[in-house]
Amino acid sequence: MTTRMKPVDAVIVGFGWTGAIHGLELANAGLNVLALERGAYRDTSPDFSYPHNADELAYGIRGELFQPLARETVTVRHALTDTAVPYRQYGSFLFGNNVGGAGIHWNGQHYRPSPEDLEFQSHISKRYGQKFMPADMQIQDYGVSYTELEPFLEQFEYLCGTSGRAGNLNGEIKDGGNPFEGPRQKDYPNPPVADTYGAKLFADAARALGMHPFPQPSDNASRPYTNPHGVRLGPCNLCGYCERFGCFMYSKASPQTTLLPVLMRKPNFALRTNSHVIKINLDSTGKRATGVTYIDAQGQQVEQPADLVIVSAFQMHNVRLMLLSGIGTPYDPATGKGVIGRNYAYQMMSSIGVFFDQDVAINPFIGGGSGGVQIVDDFNSDHFDHATHGFVGGAYIYGGQTGGRPIQQLIVPSGTPGWGAAWKKAAKENYLHATTVATHGSVMAYRDRYLDLDPTYKDAFGLPLLRITFDWHDNEYKMSQFVTDRAQEIVKQMKPKATSLTLRKPGDHYDIRQYQTTHTTGGVIQGASPETSALNRFQQSWDVHNLFVTGASAFPQNLGYNPTGLIGGLTYWSAKAIRETYLKNPGPLVQA
Amino acid sequence: MSNKPNSPSRRDFLRQSMVAVPAVTLLGSSALAQGQSTETPAAASSYAPRYFTAPEWEFLHAAVDRLIPANEDGPGAVEAGVPEFIDRQMEAAYGHGGLWYMQGPFVPDSPATLGYQLRYTPREFYRKAIPAIDDWCQKQHNQKFSLLSPEQRDEVLHQLEKGEIKLDDVPTAVFFSQLLTNTKEGYFADPMYGGNKQMAAWKMIGFPGARADFADWVEQPGKVYPFGPVSIQGAKS
Repeated sequence: MTTRMKPVDAVIVGFGWTGAIHGLELANAGLNVLALERGAYRDTSPDFSYPHNADELAYGIRGELFQPLARETVTVRHALTDTAVPYRQYGSFLFGNNVGGAGIHWNGQHYRPSPEDLEFQSHISKRYGQKFMPADMQIQDYGVSYTELEPFLEQFEYLCGTSGRAGNLNGEIKDGGNPFEGPRQKDYPNPPVADTYGAKLFADAARALGMHPFPQPSDNASRPYTNPHGVRLGPCNLCGYCERFGCFMYSKASPQTTLLPVLMRKPNFALRTNSHVIKINLDSTGKRATGVTYIDAQGQQVEQPADLVIVSAFQMHNVRLMLLSGIGTPYDPATGKGVIGRNYAYQMMSSIGVFFDQDVAINPFIGGGSGGVQIVDDFNSDHFDHATHGFVGGAYIYGGQTGGRPIQQLIVPSGTPGWGAAWKKAAKENYLHATTVATHGSVMAYRDRYLDLDPTYKDAFGLPLLRITFDWHDNEYKMSQFVTDRAQEIVKQMKPKATSLTLRKPGDHYDIRQYQTTHTTGGVIQGASPETSALNRFQQSWDVHNLFVTGASAFPQNLGYNPTGLIGGLTYWSAKAIRETYLKNPGPLVQA
Repeated sequence: MSNKPNSPSRRDFLRQSMVAVPAVTLLGSSALAQGQSTETPAAASSYAPRYFTAPEWEFLHAAVDRLIPANEDGPGAVEAGVPEFIDRQMEAAYGHGGLWYMQGPFVPDSPATLGYQLRYTPREFYRKAIPAIDDWCQKQHNQKFSLLSPEQRDEVLHQLEKGEIKLDDVPTAVFFSQLLTNTKEGYFADPMYGGNKQMAAWKMIGFPGARADFADWVEQPGKVYPFGPVSIQGAKS
């Protein structure tokens, strides 16, 4: 027996970054807003308080803040003809859990896309010709330009109190910032976090080679900051417990530290936790959503009617909910037609351990999640001429470390055994004197890489798991090799005594055992045509006009940057369209 | 106590701590009790295992002692309390496989790159693998694993790591991976979990533990950090 709740104006599915942004924007527009979150409430105090937060085993290794895979996971296969098996243990990517979602355990890297990233298909075909791309590569444009999006990217930076240094202020290139970034109208709200020593050595070496290092834009606040909502963040103390952890210092931007203190007090906003949405309901025409159905804490099915539905769960969960709800045509890799599940993409990383002599005190445990790290962006996006290289996309190179937690982050030089006296000696001799140089690269979309529902495996409610079909393509091996070669040049200039290298080479399959990145993208992408995208440029469903889907599921392919800055900007862009246009005259914001 | 592995004082310590192991855990291990193998490590505390049986407990000590041996560089896994850590983890959600998706069907011959695909929870895996490895050692070396010399144990561990030992129902490389992972976890985790006794592993490498506040050190790149570790429960050094 399904219980039917009182209707609301807007229901939000998933209460992380984008759910909280839409919550406040829609509540401020006067709507009666309800957010449904399948997890529990969490806040800085008591949930992330010191000293309990400084527990590598509980948070970093056992994954206290992650979605319990025992109840729901995904399945993975490499190719269309393979049988997928479950992602049984955490490795490659980390799902968030509870209020705040992955916005709790992220590092705080806060990037904007390069202007060409948003019009990547058009840009690449124009500069290099359509034939430059392999036939099975299906990259697309976002349908929104950098110029249109710029004010909203800025809005999200000022929400988070991003610490960084502008490289392009209204077209003027500024020393010490990223000269490759698109023009910004305002500088970052806060100056950069001071460099850790590894980052400084990296930046000095890169500069000597004629590259353009700059401090990583970071949502680890460099100083006390009050955001436009009046919510205050404190300065980061580089505790070394950032990614995989909550922040006890109120320094890392999260929904809790930027939005919830205001949003939770709104009389026209309500949050219902332990509410697991299993379906978006449609009316008899199939063109309009009537609300959602969820399973409450007791296991009871509840119907929540709403005039407007915002799906704002994690990327993969958004895709799965669309498939479970039967909205949009599922993507078919045989024909290349259909949109839900289309263009799943990932990112490709490489990493170099850099080991110095005993007189170089790196102190690796001093680290923010993102602040204190230096970046070289010369080989990302289309910042360099790809014509002779035979690939599209790129990577940024970073130098420095986010902490020195010994179970996960202790590194030893190449050739060191994995255990025994030699390993122990290397651990002891190198721990204080090692840093990392790594690349963080784009992955394009391909016809045979997609998401659908698994035919075999189920979640705790008996619903099909999401299935990932993914492996690397040649373009990405070439990209990673090229940028890693540049990173190696920097490392050589740093004059280390030893190094180690993790690089994915042709023939290496996607390995879900290794943590790489949680930046999974696509599956409910936005774009210019309902033939090739699920959403229009405002993240509105082409098929169901009162349904909007947020987050990285909207990315047509993956870029070389961390996605959160773009996700936040797109969310504000979409929220403005809802507030100022949609609510006055509900209907498609773009005619198909 | 001296840190040298073969000094008399250290050997005395090991013998004494062997005696201190509760008798119940040593039932059926006459060789150990009689001290026939002077090289076999023993528990560094009086901790009585809750999950592991006496033969499993001996195996665990003998294995982690080689994965992270005691020597002049710092503590070995045994004196750091790694066996206690692993035993306590077996009683936690982790040990019961409670953190993993454990619904079938299971496809154990999937490509390794698709991750763990066995039915075993961590505690079941130890229970299945340890007697199988002991049997194999008995057949190959006429002794169970814990009674082999350090060099022989290293050789067996290398064979397990490479999957060269074929056992029914136990993919040995996967088991070795679990054992090594748990060993390093116990060595470096906060001492409240039973390993990393006296924060000795943190001291060895120079990790300041749960200090988690370096605001004053950000502006001093390259300066040696002078403070020793603290633990979550407030232990200092």
